[in-house]
Amino acid sequence: MSNNWPLWEVFIRSKNGLSHKHVGSLHAADAAMAVENARDVYTRRNEGISIWVVESRYITASSPDQADSLFDPANDKVYRHPTFYSLPDEVKHI
Amino acid sequence: MTQAQHFEYLLRLGDNALVLGQRLGEWCGHGPVLEQDIAITNIALDLVGQARSWLSYAGEVEGKGRDEDAIAMLRDVGDFRNLLLVEQPNEDWAYTIVRQFLFDSFNYYLHDALRSSGDERVRAIAEKSLKEVTYHLRYSSEWMIRLGDGTEESRAKMQAALDDLWMYGGECLVVDEIDKAAAEAGIGPDLNLLAPMVQTRRASILEEATLSVPSNSWMQGGGKRGIHSEYLGHLLTELQWMQRAYPGMEW
Repeated sequence: MSNNWPLWEVFIRSKNGLSHKHVGSLHAADAAMAVENARDVYTRRNEGISIWVVESRYITASSPDQADSLFDPANDKVYRHPTFYSLPDEVKHI
Repeated sequence: MTQAQHFEYLLRLGDNALVLGQRLGEWCGHGPVLEQDIAITNIALDLVGQARSWLSYAGEVEGKGRDEDAIAMLRDVGDFRNLLLVEQPNEDWAYTIVRQFLFDSFNYYLHDALRSSGDERVRAIAEKSLKEVTYHLRYSSEWMIRLGDGTEESRAKMQAALDDLWMYGGECLVVDEIDKAAAEAGIGPDLNLLAPMVQTRRASILEEATLSVPSNSWMQGGGKRGIHSEYLGHLLTELQWMQRAYPGMEW
């Protein structure tokens, strides 16, 4: 039965103000069932207030083979991190 | 309404939830797919939680010092007041869904009405349970439509389950002296007023599911008075085994 059902990726928003986060995947016949399944599988312990599902085949992933050219160049560009500023103690939530 | 009738009315609410919760729990580890295994046992847990609320209050009304565990675990078949529908065996996914839908389509309107009960505790339990029951109805309705209006095979299985279970779907709407007393006391709704809503909902989902309403209009009854099918005894044997074998055991 599940062999015929496509795979869906599930994203949960745990509370307002946060973004949806990938939590896992499951099988479902269509989008409505995927949301219900996600509700039962991933939010049973109060984990979320909003669910997104997307069929896994619609996700385009970067290739692990290209990891070198994609990500390594960012390694030696420390000036892209805001680590050279000193922050006043009063500033919270940074 | 006498105290005994009040107690009995609460037993009906609690036993429906307890027995169906136990039935659905049998799917644990056996669901057709992992996702539905979790979904159906999730509903089972909702129902067991509701049973706890109802039976705990029933024990208080009875006034003999019984708590919800004593009421759930130490009564025999003839003392149970659940509908015949909820004790029917799981058989397969089609039976489970049809049984669930027939129950939910009643239970939803019942809980909706109980929210305006004159009994404060009943009101509070109904208010809390309605959110769960609303989801149960949505879940079972979607599966009715999905499988009824599905493949030739799924439709045949659903129609067979519906034909078999239909005669258990009417007991919930038949008014007896306890229902009457509860309605007169303002504790429960007049089932005659619920009936058209339940029937309309059932008809519209069955139509969407392309299932035909069984022509047999004769309805089984008896569960509300403690006259049960053979299945309940077996279910209780499993439910109560631990307390019967090791009385007073806790963990």
